[in-house]
Amino acid sequence: MTAFALVSSTGGSASMPFLLVGLWVLLLAVFLGIELIQKVPPTLHTPLMSGSNAISGITIVGSLLSLSSDYPLTGMILGAIAIVLAMINVFGGFIVTHRMLAMFRERPEVKK
Amino acid sequence: MIQLPFAAVSAPGIEVAYMASSALFVLGIKFLGKVKTARKGNQIAALGMAVAMAATLWELLQAGKYSGISWAFAGPTLLFGGLLGWRLAVRVPMTAMPEFVAIFNGLGGLASLLVALAEVSLIAVLANDRLQLPGLPSPAGLTLSRHGGFDFAIAVALSVVIGAVTFSGSMIAYAKLAGKVNKSRFGPLGSTPTNIVLGLLTLGLVVWGGFIAETPTELWIANGSLALVSLALGVGLTMPIGGADMPVAIALLNSYSGIAGMTTGFVLNNNVLIVAGSLVGASGIILTQIMCKAMNRSLSNVLLGVMGDTGSAASKEGYTKVKTTTAEELAPLLDAARLVIIVPGYGLAVAQAQHKVRELASLLEKQGCAVKYAIHPVAGRMPGHMNILLAEANVPYEQLFELDHINDEFAQADVALVLGANDVCNPAANDDPKSPIAGMPVLNVWNARTVVVVKRSLSAGYAGIRNELFQLDNSLMLLADAKKAMEDLVTELKAQ
Repeated sequence: MTAFALVSSTGGSASMPFLLVGLWVLLLAVFLGIELIQKVPPTLHTPLMSGSNAISGITIVGSLLSLSSDYPLTGMILGAIAIVLAMINVFGGFIVTHRMLAMFRERPEVKK
Repeated sequence: MIQLPFAAVSAPGIEVAYMASSALFVLGIKFLGKVKTARKGNQIAALGMAVAMAATLWELLQAGKYSGISWAFAGPTLLFGGLLGWRLAVRVPMTAMPEFVAIFNGLGGLASLLVALAEVSLIAVLANDRLQLPGLPSPAGLTLSRHGGFDFAIAVALSVVIGAVTFSGSMIAYAKLAGKVNKSRFGPLGSTPTNIVLGLLTLGLVVWGGFIAETPTELWIANGSLALVSLALGVGLTMPIGGADMPVAIALLNSYSGIAGMTTGFVLNNNVLIVAGSLVGASGIILTQIMCKAMNRSLSNVLLGVMGDTGSAASKEGYTKVKTTTAEELAPLLDAARLVIIVPGYGLAVAQAQHKVRELASLLEKQGCAVKYAIHPVAGRMPGHMNILLAEANVPYEQLFELDHINDEFAQADVALVLGANDVCNPAANDDPKSPIAGMPVLNVWNARTVVVVKRSLSAGYAGIRNELFQLDNSLMLLADAKKAMEDLVTELKAQ
């Protein structure tokens, strides 16, 4: 039972099953996401897309978990491949976004 | 010592770390939405990711969950993936950014798919164990739903499906952006009937893989085929989308990759995945909507590729009264101009002409001519793409104007210089209600005294339609590569 407690009960509480907690979190995060993006100028659409793209690499957490010794070798191999892919997503995404945004900053200041 | 269930001892610590990480993601996205704070936003989001990863690893170590094999896998892959991502990100030219966002996005989707399959591997082992037990209860094996409940089975299935669709869809989007594919079909893939069949097949496999399959073999066959069918579905759904609509497709696929992460969160009961995934999912949907609005298209039209098929016939008719010009002829015109509005398009990106444009603009400014840039929301291959390219060439941010803010100014401009843009300044959008792009907000360049269109040929733009702009009385065509044209203009202007 303890073998996969990490994957099955992290975050749950005794009074509320994880599914419900998760759905609450989902609901609020969706509204937050919609609210946050509402007024972004088109200039930032591409960096925003690549930045949020990097955030979706959060699956890296999932792939790290599937290398825990609870999993059979097949699962570990799948997890290992997932780590490579998610790391490319995370590193590539954040660095590319940084490069794009650095260009906005390095423009010469308006002459006074 | 009594062995407490693992989560009961150490869950609070990691939950707090995940909370911090979620807060950083929210702040990061918030800051990414403003020009002044965008860089900080990106760094904050990256910090959030680092916290989430560190906390997860720490937790796994604390609990003794990482064996030597785990490390043998994790160490090299973390290093390799990180280095590869870094190398790719540092090398990609700014002009190819849309393609790379598509690739990175697809890889994230594939990772979600694999994590879900790793979960299937775990259940397959447990199912096998149960089959070895003496005095088998009936039913014998273990289905996904019997192991983790209805929600677990659905979450695994959704992770597989959405992860796969994100991956294959993004790869098609990449191929289309890079100009490697321009068909709307790939064999039978891409037609609506095929998509319906694939969709139904997916539904059937979700039921089989989650609720019926109970031996290891069945579990693998069902969920493996689910992955394959979903990959085909991703190709089928993305193929019909026209090249001009690819930015919308990428925004949508970006949203999918968030949703895939979110469903993986439900598979692993992990809140940080749910928060980060749904933030990205929701913001991606909104971004998709904003882009559709900018093109005056409905999302369903975009997804069904309605525009892709309509315009191609009309574009083949030739132009009869196009006036071509040369850099030499244009130089006096620019020399005398007091307001020049530059309209950059994808042609500028392809030719890498952004630096030369800036050089020309500086030259004009020195002569007392005002230079402004009119940026259409979907100019280039992605919204904001032009802004980045021009920023790369140090064009002052203050000279970039959005469509609404500059459209009235064309009437005062002496020259509208259209650089490799086409559909975004096609008068048909205003005049011809039957045009595929009818109603799309366009830049009214024809109101300028003279319109100079720099283009490599008279071929149609991404929308595949004819552009009457080329034939207007006040239009001059400079048929050349944008960079070459700018170089020539700079030389000629200096000679004036």
